[in-house]
Amino acid sequence: MATAAGTIAAPTTESVVWSWITTVDHKRIGALYGVTAFIFFLIGGVEALLIRTQLAVPNGTVIDAQLYNQLFTMHALTMIFLAIMPLGAAFFNYMVPLMIGARDVAFPRLNALSYWIFLFGGLVLTSSFFFGGAPDTGWFAYQPISSSQFAGSGMDFYVIGLMILGISSLAAALNFAVTIINLRAPGMTMMRLPVFIWMTFIVMFLLILALPVLTVALIQMLFDRQFTTSFFLPDGGGDPILWQHLFWVFGHPEVYILILPAMGVVSEVLPTFSRKPLFGYAAIVFAGIAIGFLGWAVWSHHMFTTGLGAVQQAVFSASTMAIGIPTGIKVFNWLATMWGGSIRFTTAMYFAIAFVAMFTIGGISGVMHASPPVDQQQQDTYFIVAHIHYVLVGGALFGVFSGLYYWWPKMTGRLLGETLGKWNFWLMFAGLNIAFFPMHFLGVSGMPRRIYTYDPNLGWDFWNLVATVGAFILALGVLFFIINVFKTQQREPDAGDNPWDAPTLEWATTSPPPEHDFDVIPEVHSREPVWYMRDHNMTTPDPEPGTHIHLPPPSYYPIIIAFGVLLLGLGPLSHLAVTALGVPVIIYGIWGWTLEPTE
Amino acid sequence: MWIFLGSECLFFGSLIATYLIFKGEIDLPPFPSETFIETAYLEEAVASGEITEVASHLCHESSEAGISVCEGIFDIPLTSQSTFVLLMSSVAMVLAVYGAQHNRPMMMKFWLLATMLLGVIFLGYQVYEFRTFGQEGLTLETSQFGASFFVLTGFHGTHVAVGVLILGSLLLASFRRRGLGSEPGFQVETAGLYWHFVDIVWIVIFTVLYLIPA
Repeated sequence: MATAAGTIAAPTTESVVWSWITTVDHKRIGALYGVTAFIFFLIGGVEALLIRTQLAVPNGTVIDAQLYNQLFTMHALTMIFLAIMPLGAAFFNYMVPLMIGARDVAFPRLNALSYWIFLFGGLVLTSSFFFGGAPDTGWFAYQPISSSQFAGSGMDFYVIGLMILGISSLAAALNFAVTIINLRAPGMTMMRLPVFIWMTFIVMFLLILALPVLTVALIQMLFDRQFTTSFFLPDGGGDPILWQHLFWVFGHPEVYILILPAMGVVSEVLPTFSRKPLFGYAAIVFAGIAIGFLGWAVWSHHMFTTGLGAVQQAVFSASTMAIGIPTGIKVFNWLATMWGGSIRFTTAMYFAIAFVAMFTIGGISGVMHASPPVDQQQQDTYFIVAHIHYVLVGGALFGVFSGLYYWWPKMTGRLLGETLGKWNFWLMFAGLNIAFFPMHFLGVSGMPRRIYTYDPNLGWDFWNLVATVGAFILALGVLFFIINVFKTQQREPDAGDNPWDAPTLEWATTSPPPEHDFDVIPEVHSREPVWYMRDHNMTTPDPEPGTHIHLPPPSYYPIIIAFGVLLLGLGPLSHLAVTALGVPVIIYGIWGWTLEPTE
Repeated sequence: MWIFLGSECLFFGSLIATYLIFKGEIDLPPFPSETFIETAYLEEAVASGEITEVASHLCHESSEAGISVCEGIFDIPLTSQSTFVLLMSSVAMVLAVYGAQHNRPMMMKFWLLATMLLGVIFLGYQVYEFRTFGQEGLTLETSQFGASFFVLTGFHGTHVAVGVLILGSLLLASFRRRGLGSEPGFQVETAGLYWHFVDIVWIVIFTVLYLIPA
């Protein structure tokens, strides 16, 4: 194969490490996302446990205020940007091509690039602990507390880290939007797409439209901190509220970016284990689209205490309550899916049912503070902490775990142990409720968020101790998951192609799937293609002899460009010359990428 | 590419929104366009060092007592020229795409080069404008006007520069033996979409910043 001058030939060696570094296979990239995100998830979990240990008793002395501020900020950033979002990415990387009947994503190398940029961004953000302290102003970095006057170099890591992660998400979002539009198998019309794919599709558009707003806010913050502007600094005529607007215009769609993939997973798991098609498919899809649209019209409900004015408060209050309607439609459709089904209580199903229940609790407390007077009472109290953890742990994270138990046999060929799985579930379920339900009481009795300690005799002692115990039970549940994974991986693969008798296309190929996903691209006749084939006694056709399946070769360029992006970002953190070095690396990478033969 | 441009719309939308939010709050020179201001207020600002001597030279006593008139900093005839250059580059781009799609490589190469050159001339105008504004006392830290103006137009300029790099890469690649491969029309058209988008954004910026008076 001829290679253009000055470029690197595609790797041909069989070295394991290099084959993973240069891979463009969506399943391997999905696995990389999953493992990396799970490690970040554990880091975020340790941060949470340190926070809860400090708060277990009044006047705690485990950590000081400075470190406490860094920990709660990094806990939020880690869980949102480095755990839940990429865990969703792991699923849609692995599953989208399989579920729509494609051999890979539209741009396989771009997919690898997204992963490597994500990894480098996550490392930049986390490394801030070792270079003068992590960001410590909350994940929303309100101004002017996060200006160079008040906040240290941690905030520069925040700006750069989030920008790098934004590039990664944007590239992934473009890639998967195009994949879902263009690479569907014959007969897979939009209204036959699995709901998980629909929710992914909506999330991609939310990412594409929300990230540039965050990028602009970050750029302005970077200029404020490094180049003497004062966009957000009142002393120089700037407007701190502008930051809040820009941040939440991104920040609220971000909430749906976190929860919609979990809703998609649950919409796959519930029908499979109820042995019934999903109730109200079209209603769920359109409710998802409605959430995607309404998500743009509610950002100011994070800012009711900034004095927006009566009309604005009324409008944002009404639009926030309106989001309860499509969410309610989904909840009732999930319940109706289970109604009258012959339900199998597997661990995946447990997590899915718990998702519906816990997400409803979180959703209802969310609608409560859609009302400005109520919100002004609850703002910055533990009530809000309880709300976000019910939707993010009980919602997004339970969705992720449901998906892990559901798709593990497809990804590895092995069924995760059910006994350990039930332990895993019940510990996490109990831990969640013991840790976060008391926070409602704490919030109503006036305990503010983000305080590193509190005096005794304020009536907060008991519930704080309970919450800490709950947090450790939750962590124990996660430990059981890890044990389960290790025990499962020691067994022989025994799952078979379709252990759950599930209806969607990914179960029509082997477990784990071959590198090319499908020997023959299947033809789709219904919303439940695998059930359709079962009921019509159809078998997957054998490939015609001599057909060549074209697969993209592995490539070095994704990691080269990602390294260039890393240099670009490290400039403002060290010396601008590093940025200057990054530009030629990126240009070289793009050139090599373009000239690289893909046949 | 279409989806990516949707993302870019929100990027520039946010920057333009920032500019508009701060536009009403400019109370000291340099102003974007001709503005009347109380002389006493101006003198106080000069005395306290809030604005530089250079910037205060933009203002002089008007016919009305106690009121100064300050020249606007925007040079609309000059920027109209650069806008015209950028618009013409879009025409050149259309011709390059036509050449690529109709298998006329010489035509494509010529108009790609023309598009690039016009883009570079536009960037030259922008460098000149930035320099002049800097000499007249408008910098990133002078005022919110300076900050939002330079960040917005600076990022637009960066987009133009990236566009020039893309076109240059296409042009270089087209001199290979294989040319632009099997689908030159698609590649040049995609680059063209980006170029036209950057051009359209400039039309919005030119209208909102320069033409609509304060």
